[in-house]
Amino acid sequence: MLSTIYILWLRQLKRFVRSRARVIGSLGQPILFLFALGFGLGPMFQKSGGGNYIQFLAPGVICMAILFTSVFTGIEIIWDRQFGFLKETLVAPVSRMNIMLGRTLGGATVATIQGLIVFLIALIAGFRPESVFSVALALPIMFLIALLFTAFGTGIASVMDDFHGFQLVMNFLVMPLFFLSGALFPLDGLPPLVAIITRIDPLTYGVDAMRGVFIGASHLGMLTDLSVLSLWTLLCLFIGSYLFSRIEV
Amino acid sequence: MKKNALPLSERKQLVPPISNPFHQLYYFLNLPSATLALVTAIIRATEVTKKFRDFTAVDHISFEVEHGQIFAFLGPNGAGKTTTIKMLTTLLHPTSGTIEIDGHDPVAHQSEARKSFGIVFQDPSVDDELTAWENMEIHGVLYGLEKKLRRDRIEQLLSIVELSDRKNDLMREFSGGMKRRLEIARGLLHHPKILFLDEPTIGLDPQTRNHMWEYVMALNKSEGITVFLTTHYMEEADRVADTIAVIDHGKIVAHGTSAELQQRTQTKSLEEAFLSLTGHQIRDEQLGTADQFRMRMRNMRR
Repeated sequence: MLSTIYILWLRQLKRFVRSRARVIGSLGQPILFLFALGFGLGPMFQKSGGGNYIQFLAPGVICMAILFTSVFTGIEIIWDRQFGFLKETLVAPVSRMNIMLGRTLGGATVATIQGLIVFLIALIAGFRPESVFSVALALPIMFLIALLFTAFGTGIASVMDDFHGFQLVMNFLVMPLFFLSGALFPLDGLPPLVAIITRIDPLTYGVDAMRGVFIGASHLGMLTDLSVLSLWTLLCLFIGSYLFSRIEV
Repeated sequence: MKKNALPLSERKQLVPPISNPFHQLYYFLNLPSATLALVTAIIRATEVTKKFRDFTAVDHISFEVEHGQIFAFLGPNGAGKTTTIKMLTTLLHPTSGTIEIDGHDPVAHQSEARKSFGIVFQDPSVDDELTAWENMEIHGVLYGLEKKLRRDRIEQLLSIVELSDRKNDLMREFSGGMKRRLEIARGLLHHPKILFLDEPTIGLDPQTRNHMWEYVMALNKSEGITVFLTTHYMEEADRVADTIAVIDHGKIVAHGTSAELQQRTQTKSLEEAFLSLTGHQIRDEQLGTADQFRMRMRNMRR
C-alpha cells in the first residue's frame, strides 16, 4: 500500500521542517569538524603531501551529518513508543513492512536534506567540488547512505526498551562507524588491523564514493563502493524490518 | 439501558427469547443453539490466557460482549485489563484460548479484525508535533479511507468532539482532555463496530471526565457502536456500563449488571459488591501488569 508509505514519509518530513531547533542543533557538530579540523589540521595535511584538507574532509563530514541524522531518526521509534504514536500505527490494518518502509524512507530523506545543508556549508568553508554536476551524482549516494543507517537505527530501536541504551549505541556503534570510516584520514598506509576494520565499516564505502564523485579520488573504486554500500543497505533494511516486525507494545 | 438481566452463565441455559428476529431465523433454520451466540456476540473470548514467562497476567478468562452493549472491565491496576485489551486488539497473542472480534480471529485474520474496531489507548497516542487534522488524516489513510469520504468524516467528527476550531493547531498545545477527545474522534473515523477504551479517563479532571462519558454514551446510542472499556473507577462502571465484568489477579470473578452484582453479594453499592467479590478495595497504588513484569525481569537479571 503506497498510501501508507507515503503518509508516514510525509509525517517524518513535516516533523523535520517544524523542528528548526533540532535541525540547527544537529548542524553544530559538522560545522565544528569542518572548521576546527579543516583549518586546524589543514596545514599539516598539506605539508605531508596530502593536498587541500578541506577538499578531502568535506565529503567525510557530509557523510557524518547523514550518519548521525539517519541513526537518530531511526532511533526516534523509541520516542514514538514512549509517547504512544507507535501504537496507533501498529494497531492499524497495514503491514509492519509498510510502516517500517514509510518511516525509513522519511528518515532517509530528512538525513539526505541534512547532508545537502552541510554540503552548502562546506562550500562556504572553501570546499570546491570538481564540477557543479557532481552534486546530482552525489545525491543518490547520500540517499543510499541515509537509507542504510536509518534502517540500522530502526533495528536498534526495535530491540531497545528505552533511552538508557542510547549512550551505549552512540559511543560503541555510531562514533566508531564514523571515526573508522576514513572520513578524517586517508585509507592508504594504514596499519593492517585498522585497514581491516575500515573495510568492514559500511560508511567507509559511502565516504569513498562521495570522494569519488566530488573530487574524483575514490580509493577503492566506484564499483566496489556502490556494490558494497548497496549490499549493506539491503542487509540493514532486511534486519531492520525483521526486528521492527517483532516489536510488542 | 440495562439490557442483560441475567449473567451469561445462566442466560445460556435458558430457552432463547423468540422475539429476536435473529433467534427466529436460527430456529427456523434449526441450527444448534451454540451458533446462536455467534450472531449476537460481537466480542467473544474463550478460556483466554496470557503468560509472560512464568507470570500469568490473564488466567483462563471467558466472556461475551453483545452488539451495541457498553461493557466494562472493572478491576484494580495490574489485574490484567490492559493485557486483555491488547489481546482483543491484536497487539498481543494469547498464550492459549480463542478470541473472536466481529467474527474474526485477531491472530489469523489480523487485518479484518483491526478494521472492525477503534481504540483509545491508556496513554496518549497522538503525534504532538502534528496538528489535530494531520493526526486524523494519517489515521484515515492507514485505514484506507478514500479522500473525499475521509475529509468529510474528519470534519464531522471534529465538530462532534468540539475541536473544529482547533483543527490546525499542533497537538502539543492541546490539554489532556482535548487530546482524549481527539483520540476518540480518531478511533471512530473508520466507522468501527467496536470502540475500545482503555482507562480513558485517567488523568482527566471530573468535568472533562463527565463530558467524555456523555460523548461515548451518545455515540453508543446514535451509531449503535459497541463499547468495551476498562476502568478502575467504580462510579464510572456503575454509571456507564450495561454489563460489568469484575477482574482481579487475571481472573473474572463476577459478571453481570451493577444491580445483579449487588444483588448477588447482598450489598447496597457496586463498591461494596466489589469488596465482597474480591476481598479487597480497588488498589490504586499497585503497579500495572507490564510494570510488574518489567520489575520481575529486572530482579531476575540481578
